[in-house]
Amino acid sequence: MLMQEELTAAFHPQNACIASYAARSLWLIPAVPMVAAGFIALLRQPKRALAAGLAIGSLSFSLFLSLIAFAHVVAGWMSSVAIRETVNFSWIQMGTARVELGWVLDPLSAVMMVMVSFVGLLIFIYSVGYMAQDENFTRFFCFLALFAGAMLGVVISNSLLLLFMCWELVGLTSYLLIGFWYQKPSAAAAAKKAFMTTRVGDVFFLLGMVWLFAETGTLLFYNGGTGSMEPLKLGALLSSPAGLGLTAAGAIGLLIFAGAAGKSGQLPLHVWLPDAMEGPTPVSALIHAATMVAAGVYLIARVYPLMQAGALAGGTTTSLTVVTWVGALTAVFAALIAVAQNDIKRILAYSTVSQLGYMMAGLGMGGVAVGMFHLITHAFFKALLFMGAGSVIHGCHEEQDVRHMGGLRTEMPVTFLTYAVGMLALCGFPLLFSGFWSKDGILEAAQHWSVAKGPFYLLVFGALLTAFYMMRQVSYVFFGQWRGHGHAHESPRVMTLPLAVLAFFAVTLSVIGTPAWPWFRAFLNNRAAEFSMAGFGEPGLMTLMLSSSAVVITGLVLGWFLYGNRSPKAEEADALERAVPLAWLWLRNKFYVDELYGVTVIAFYEWWARVADWLDRCVWGGIVAGVALLFRGWAQLNRLIDVHWVDGGFDKSCEEIASGGGLLARVQSGRVQSYLRVLALAVVLLAVILIWSSRG
Amino acid sequence: MNGLPILTLITALPVVGALVAFLAGKHARTVALVTTLAGLVLTLLVWTQVPADGSIGLLERAAWAPSLGIEYHLGVDALGALMLVLSAIVTLMSVDAAHHVHRQPNVYFGLVLLLQAGLFGSFTALNFFHWFLFWELSLIPAFFLIKLWGGARRGPAATQFFVYTMAGSVALLLSFLAVFLSTGNMDFTELATMASSGQLEQLVTAHLGPVMMWLAVGVLAGFAVKVPLAPFHTWLPAAYSEAPSPVTMLLTGAMSKMGVYGLLRIAVPLFGHQIAQMRTPLLVLAVLTVVMGAWAAAAQKDLKRLFAYSSVNHLGYCLLGIFALAVPAAGAAQQTSQAAALNGVILQMFNHGVTAAAVFWFIAMLQQRSGGERGLNDFGGLRKPAPVFAGLMGIALFSSLGLPGLNGFVGEFLIFRGVFPLSWVAATVSILGLLVTAAVILTVIQRVFAGPVSEHWASFPDMHGGERLAMAPVIGLMLLLGILPQLIVNSMNPTVLNLLAHWRF
Repeated sequence: MLMQEELTAAFHPQNACIASYAARSLWLIPAVPMVAAGFIALLRQPKRALAAGLAIGSLSFSLFLSLIAFAHVVAGWMSSVAIRETVNFSWIQMGTARVELGWVLDPLSAVMMVMVSFVGLLIFIYSVGYMAQDENFTRFFCFLALFAGAMLGVVISNSLLLLFMCWELVGLTSYLLIGFWYQKPSAAAAAKKAFMTTRVGDVFFLLGMVWLFAETGTLLFYNGGTGSMEPLKLGALLSSPAGLGLTAAGAIGLLIFAGAAGKSGQLPLHVWLPDAMEGPTPVSALIHAATMVAAGVYLIARVYPLMQAGALAGGTTTSLTVVTWVGALTAVFAALIAVAQNDIKRILAYSTVSQLGYMMAGLGMGGVAVGMFHLITHAFFKALLFMGAGSVIHGCHEEQDVRHMGGLRTEMPVTFLTYAVGMLALCGFPLLFSGFWSKDGILEAAQHWSVAKGPFYLLVFGALLTAFYMMRQVSYVFFGQWRGHGHAHESPRVMTLPLAVLAFFAVTLSVIGTPAWPWFRAFLNNRAAEFSMAGFGEPGLMTLMLSSSAVVITGLVLGWFLYGNRSPKAEEADALERAVPLAWLWLRNKFYVDELYGVTVIAFYEWWARVADWLDRCVWGGIVAGVALLFRGWAQLNRLIDVHWVDGGFDKSCEEIASGGGLLARVQSGRVQSYLRVLALAVVLLAVILIWSSRG
Repeated sequence: MNGLPILTLITALPVVGALVAFLAGKHARTVALVTTLAGLVLTLLVWTQVPADGSIGLLERAAWAPSLGIEYHLGVDALGALMLVLSAIVTLMSVDAAHHVHRQPNVYFGLVLLLQAGLFGSFTALNFFHWFLFWELSLIPAFFLIKLWGGARRGPAATQFFVYTMAGSVALLLSFLAVFLSTGNMDFTELATMASSGQLEQLVTAHLGPVMMWLAVGVLAGFAVKVPLAPFHTWLPAAYSEAPSPVTMLLTGAMSKMGVYGLLRIAVPLFGHQIAQMRTPLLVLAVLTVVMGAWAAAAQKDLKRLFAYSSVNHLGYCLLGIFALAVPAAGAAQQTSQAAALNGVILQMFNHGVTAAAVFWFIAMLQQRSGGERGLNDFGGLRKPAPVFAGLMGIALFSSLGLPGLNGFVGEFLIFRGVFPLSWVAATVSILGLLVTAAVILTVIQRVFAGPVSEHWASFPDMHGGERLAMAPVIGLMLLLGILPQLIVNSMNPTVLNLLAHWRF
């Protein structure tokens, strides 16, 4: 409520006229879940139904508002009006300049807010079942609601500062939820690792932000021509050199990308994401698959005008080239590791890292719509896969090792069917599944990229690996003989229903992204979308589709050939391990990146801590000891004087001084009187000098 | 205020309160609570009364010893008023936290109130003599509080604290005597005017030769010890860790701000040009304070020592901001950066005061519940038996970490916003401090609150109703200032502009 009052006081009048009701009420979308989180935090523990109800209710409300806002933007788009409505307000005054915040309603934020609130809502519902037995059920929903609020805040921000603030809150809730089972030391450690690794990216982001602010005088993205993403300021950024052959725009773009790389688990900051699987599975689905990790991709999409600034027609910029290469390398690197993992969630986690690499590469080579389409489709099918994995874990009595599963297709039919849909979508199985179209969009962009062909081949190889490791996982889990303990069972309706809904969208989202009717791309780029089979007729497109289909099918067949229906025993060496033991070792140990960081970054940190402590104790302390030695001499002198002039009380203290140790602290007697005497002496000295000088 | 001498009243109130507390025996804490509450109300009143144009107001002026340049001259601008409010809040928190003082509570609370009087006096004085008296007087109660109620090694710690600060004060005093000998004036505002016109340097050089730089060094030394600036900080970990925690709250929450305030009210206005000349070495020291403070915290195993170093790190950002902005202004963009940095510094002073005091308050509770234990590795899994304690202390810790949405972030953001264009190297290196601090604080949370709870702490008592009630306003303040920092910044900005307009670098 306070915020609203602030707003009416500080509204930019021109925005107030332009902004529709949908745009003006946009702030409610993040605010309502946050307020709900506050209420839940104040609840007493046993009120489970109320907590879940508040969280689900608040997010439903956000979804409702998001749909209204989305409809508003679509309506504008249908009548050929490019909607970009902003509401900006002044936050603080510094000197004669202001720090402004605001939010924006445009196709990008509209699409994202619908996805986040919709997928979030399904995961909230699923959590009611998944977390039913947990003693901290209410706190879980408090954190979930807080997360949803912060994430929606990232989405609607029209200010890099507001985005950064929500971004950090998202990081906090991620930390709290990874460490939700805080009594497990591994969970607590993973939470800390996640926060620290992303913060490494975030401090670069912070630097980029203050730099952008200093150069352009604003952190608003859009502000009627004077925002930092609008041509006026971008031009200024381009004409400001930053050294190393970069313009200020390029350097700031790279710094912001460092933040995005941290959040989205790109090389070399990917190490936290697999460990984040220590959190409850709904958290993995919501935060570490569908939404938060995509925030980095979204950030790059949001600041795309900056990343792209200075590119000639058909060319690229340094920052976009870096984004592309980092994305492509991450895509293959993580997919390779995923091949050799045995934890059902970790396989998916590395798969997520890999897919985020695809999105980054898509942004770098194909533009906002290409990257964002994969973000949206991935959100649905990856949330589906994680929740399916959660259902499997639930059904197998908290077992997560795929080697201890098997044959679940008969015990858990709904989970199996939905999981299969998600898996095929992730692999990019031809024609029917959304992942095929979104991945092909990226491959198509890579094929036409003018700078280098490397990313294209990397991404194609990644597609092969993706199909392979997913087939390996599905074979282990759903085919062959049951190798676990106890009896596996299907999950309750409250968990399987969201799976079915997500599976539905994993297929049907195809509709808006085929070359025949590229609605999504047209919508984000403010172009008209027309249905025409001629879309398939673009040069090279059919060849690409056929060859990428061949690659996917090869991966699937290879996976089935090695793992299908084999029911290998848990202690048995993996099929690949027998074939290529050395390579397997590297993949199994994730290329030893954690170990590398252990002996470099972490060792450096600990070493400097010791150095700082040593400096304090020995060097500065040593200087103090030296000064103390002088004081000791002075004290000796004092003693001689005192023996003759002053009473015994001071003598004693001086003897203590003389017999004291090296440090100043120990030299001193602790006698208050002597210090008070120094004080008195100083004051008297002051008075004497003052009187003397005033006479003169 | 219709001629009501409110600043005199504010300073007199804790003195009277101290006398009553001395006589009140067991009820001393109640007296102290009432006095500090009344003090808080009065300082908030002052906060609302400062001139909106950023100048110094609520002036009280009377002849004292005119021939010596000594005058009773009080006044505050928004900066002074904010420091008054902070001192009042921190003292109230400290008194609130000290409900386990059984040994001579009347003396203890009397001394706390005298310390508050010292703080109030030094934040309102505009004449050097008057200011210096309060600056020194605040040391004495602090010394006794450490010396008499402190931990096992309290004696050496108290002495080191006292002697160090005294040494700084002597340097400060000598410098000021030289200024007085040259100008015959001890009034801050008049000296600042002389300094900004260049007259001060002329007079000093004419009387004493080219010593202006040495005088600047002397004044800086006094404040460098107090804040502290590395490497003049070695007294601090011992003093902070040996002092009883409520006294540590006062030391870090309020007394450290005397040093930063002194830099802003005295050192920069009078010696801005000299500071600008020494800018590079000073910036190096400030960056060292930020980075090595954070890293030294990472090596500590005692929570109080750890947060003592963390305080060094946080105040380092204030020093970084002040020294970075000491450049002759060239153009509007640079002025904006300077204003951002100075706004950030002042906000950081307030926020660090509240947050650090809260953190030490939580440590006091931890010690009190565990029978005095406060090692980083002494606990584990406390979140299980004490979820509310863990939650609220978690908020305070994340505020200290600089999480957006809580008060700690905005000050640091504005400082980096200001410093980066003025000295990108200093800003970039200092950013390491943000990382290391985060690592340190997360380690604390991990070791103390996470993991399996041991047998020993299974019945660790959670915060009871009274404690929750006492802590609620503090946590509320952290949230409030995290979301609406303009409550402070927008009132402070005119003062910032006013200060910057009168500084000559």
